[in-house]
Amino acid sequence: MTWAYFLQRLALFFVVVLTAMTANFILAHAVPGDPIGAVISQMTTRGGAVENSAEIIASYRERFGLDEPIWVQYLVYVWNTLRFDLGTSIIYFPQSVTAAIVNALPWTIGLLLAATVIAFTLGSILGALLAWAATPRLARVLAPLLIVFSSIPYYLLALILLYVFAVWPNWFPLGGGMASGTTGDPMSIAKVLDIAYHGTLPGLSIVLAGLGFWALGMRGAMVNVLGEDYLTLAEAEGLSPRRIFFAYGMRNALLPQVTNLALSLGTIASGSVLVEVAFNYPGIGFLLYDALRASDYFMIQGVCFVLVLTVATAVLVLDLIYPLIDPRIARK
Amino acid sequence: MTSLGTAPGRRPNPVLSALGHVATNPKLLAGLLLVSSLVAVAAIGPLLVDTDMARPISAPSNRPPSLDYPLGTDGGGRDLLAVMIASTPQTLRLGLIAGLVGTIVGTFLGLVAGFFGGWLDKIISTATDVMLTIPPLAVLLIVAASVRTVSVEMMAFIIAALAWMNPARSIRAQVLSLRERAYVEIARISGMSELRIALFEVLPNLLPLIMASFVAAVSGAILAALGLEALGLGPQDTPTLGMTVYWSLLYGAFGRNMWWWWAPPIVVLAILFVGLFLISVGLDEALNPRLRRQS
Amino acid sequence: MTTPLLQVRDLTVSYLINGTRGRAADGVSFDLHAGERLGIVGESGSGKSTLALALMQLHKPPSHIEAGSALLDGTDLLTLRGEALRRFRWSQVSMIPQGAMNSLNPVMRIGVAMADAIHAHEKGWKPDRIRARIAETLDSVGLDPGVAKLYPHELSGGMKQRVCIALAIILKPKLIIADEPTSALDVVVQRRVIETLKAVQKQIGAALIMIGHDMGLMAQSVDRLAVMYAGRLVENAPIRRFFRTPLHPYSQLLISSLPSPDEVREMKGIPGAQPSLFDLPKGCAFHPRCPAAMPQCRLERPESRLIGTERTVACHLVTKEPAHV
Repeated sequence: MTWAYFLQRLALFFVVVLTAMTANFILAHAVPGDPIGAVISQMTTRGGAVENSAEIIASYRERFGLDEPIWVQYLVYVWNTLRFDLGTSIIYFPQSVTAAIVNALPWTIGLLLAATVIAFTLGSILGALLAWAATPRLARVLAPLLIVFSSIPYYLLALILLYVFAVWPNWFPLGGGMASGTTGDPMSIAKVLDIAYHGTLPGLSIVLAGLGFWALGMRGAMVNVLGEDYLTLAEAEGLSPRRIFFAYGMRNALLPQVTNLALSLGTIASGSVLVEVAFNYPGIGFLLYDALRASDYFMIQGVCFVLVLTVATAVLVLDLIYPLIDPRIARK
Repeated sequence: MTSLGTAPGRRPNPVLSALGHVATNPKLLAGLLLVSSLVAVAAIGPLLVDTDMARPISAPSNRPPSLDYPLGTDGGGRDLLAVMIASTPQTLRLGLIAGLVGTIVGTFLGLVAGFFGGWLDKIISTATDVMLTIPPLAVLLIVAASVRTVSVEMMAFIIAALAWMNPARSIRAQVLSLRERAYVEIARISGMSELRIALFEVLPNLLPLIMASFVAAVSGAILAALGLEALGLGPQDTPTLGMTVYWSLLYGAFGRNMWWWWAPPIVVLAILFVGLFLISVGLDEALNPRLRRQS
Repeated sequence: MTTPLLQVRDLTVSYLINGTRGRAADGVSFDLHAGERLGIVGESGSGKSTLALALMQLHKPPSHIEAGSALLDGTDLLTLRGEALRRFRWSQVSMIPQGAMNSLNPVMRIGVAMADAIHAHEKGWKPDRIRARIAETLDSVGLDPGVAKLYPHELSGGMKQRVCIALAIILKPKLIIADEPTSALDVVVQRRVIETLKAVQKQIGAALIMIGHDMGLMAQSVDRLAVMYAGRLVENAPIRRFFRTPLHPYSQLLISSLPSPDEVREMKGIPGAQPSLFDLPKGCAFHPRCPAAMPQCRLERPESRLIGTERTVACHLVTKEPAHV
């Protein structure tokens, strides 16, 4: 790919991250009731049970430059964030926000990655088949049901699945990422299976909710591709329907579909965070919920920042992969 | 198809043909039915049921459904039927306001970007891409967490700030393709000013797309609201469907098998989303005739 | 004369829209011999492209073949179905599409696309043989074999058109249908592409049907010319005779409207416009614009009549071949 393209996508990445950071900062300081002050007062009220709270509060003031002019505070904030110094958490005191997030992030990414890959792949194939005239009747009838089903938000679907499969019959665990008390155990096949078991319902929520979206998108893209001249020529050449479907149809419909993926990642991430909340799944969604209840402002900010960073990174990766599937982009 | 000469007829009136499509599209009809019945409940309900009973401690708590309380009561002593009647219009209002504001702003930006192009387009498109990449929840959280108490209107406006991107994108794309169409060229040649072209030639043909974007925006707004409410950041004083679910989970209604508390709002929300979705897909099919032939 | 390679009889392709029927091809009949080049001209909307597509059964609803047959070496192209149709396509009849710009798969290298065409019909070929055929075919259309490694967007319009020609001849079919193969190209490139087409067609001994609206280009490229108007084939004659003595009034007007490098005169078009296929005039479809219309023309539709030994005309005015000029 060309340098120009690479730099352009990288620039977008930085603009997104910087915008998020700046918005974070502005909101924190523009809104009446200084949240950092709130954090500090929180610590003060808990101060009775925490040692050295006075020194910690003082070091906060210094670290975040609360006595300095606002633009200095901003620069300090940006510098800190880039170094992933996101502050100290209240709920997990004295653990830093970064440490807590590092523990929780793999769960979120694992769930998100697995579920999205499955939903995207299955949904795209389904969507492509729906657009193809030769697809059997049965699939056509089942598909709309599935698609309508997926218009229900991740969170609601999660709750419904939770009730239907975990509360009512006890087929699946009520929550958590692993059987309680086993967090410290070494990795083993049994542990992996246990993790998968706990991750089934949360993953299923995301897959079911997302399937219809990908199917519809692919169907639309496929319908457009099927109207193109090169499809007619492929047919005229007497190529096998299978070959036409995959190499001439799907392969081209995949392009707008991948673009769609890049654009939806933000929404998908938001949705799956809520699914974690419904299932008490130990990802960053869970951190967020607790942080909100305890007004752990640094944690809230930290989680939001990491969320933005994760999505922006994923989008960047997709952007860099795109020239590999579309030869028209970024070739010199 | 121009090579055949036009089939007997005239230049299609977009409004009439739209109405025709509505009547023949089952998805659209089903969706409209679902949504309008909810709207009817929201409008007529308060006249039939005393919404004061939706306030805390107006009834004995934790009662399962009975003749006195058809949907039972919750842990705070609220008559759940009243809660449902009171919260449905709130949620609908929220979606409507946020969707409307988001669609208007998005349409305006999309028109400007698509029609005038150049650096204006660049700026708007970049802003749209950036905002689309940022997970909406992250933005909502920071705002909601900073602002202590929110009213339904406030929430609506906050959410609207994230609802403009998709309309802007689709409108812009459509404007770009419409610009090249024959009747715009004709208008331009016959001397119409750019503004008049935008208003009288391009806009009427964008109406179906704007409608589709609006429906999608309303759905997205209620979804975003649900996200905030799931985390307890919704309006504390006015009941909404999402907050009702939140309170029920907080009080452990799941484990205590108080299905009458958490199930009705989820069902209503599900109906709402499915209905809006069907309308959206139906509209999509009406706009893209090739899709119609498929289903 | 030898048996014709292609015998089209009474081919009728119609559209049904909003209850009205329009015939893009109405009772079209013609013969084509092996190695012969037939040009089909007509204005936009005369039905020529529909004819081309129908011969390969590539027409899409709402158009359908109402009647007629098209025998290629005894096999009716219009009744083939399923696997038989698939196998017949490209190996016996191939097509050069109208818009080469969009006819090549954008994500596929040229060589892969060409190999696809071979794979679909020749199962046993080794990769070497396939590569050799691809190189040989590209060479015959004047392209460097290295083109096989390129993507469509890396080629110019003329090169893409030649790739399409290469594709069309790769299996050495008996019949090639070229649908306005040069419409989207500039004049200089047009010439070269047509020359290429003629050369390869001769090389493999295929018959050619070339569809277009540029009479001047046709004059230099085909052996016979057929004129279509409002879905009907109104004249079909050997090219020289056609230009020397066009018999149908429409043909005469077409020729006289061609700009001439010899004399300086006013540009003459044909007054009026072609009727909509859904709203044809009674009798002869051309009579409203015909300078020689008789009362009969308003009432009765002229059938195609054999005039002399080698041409057909559908006109009430023409009953016999004029003496040779």
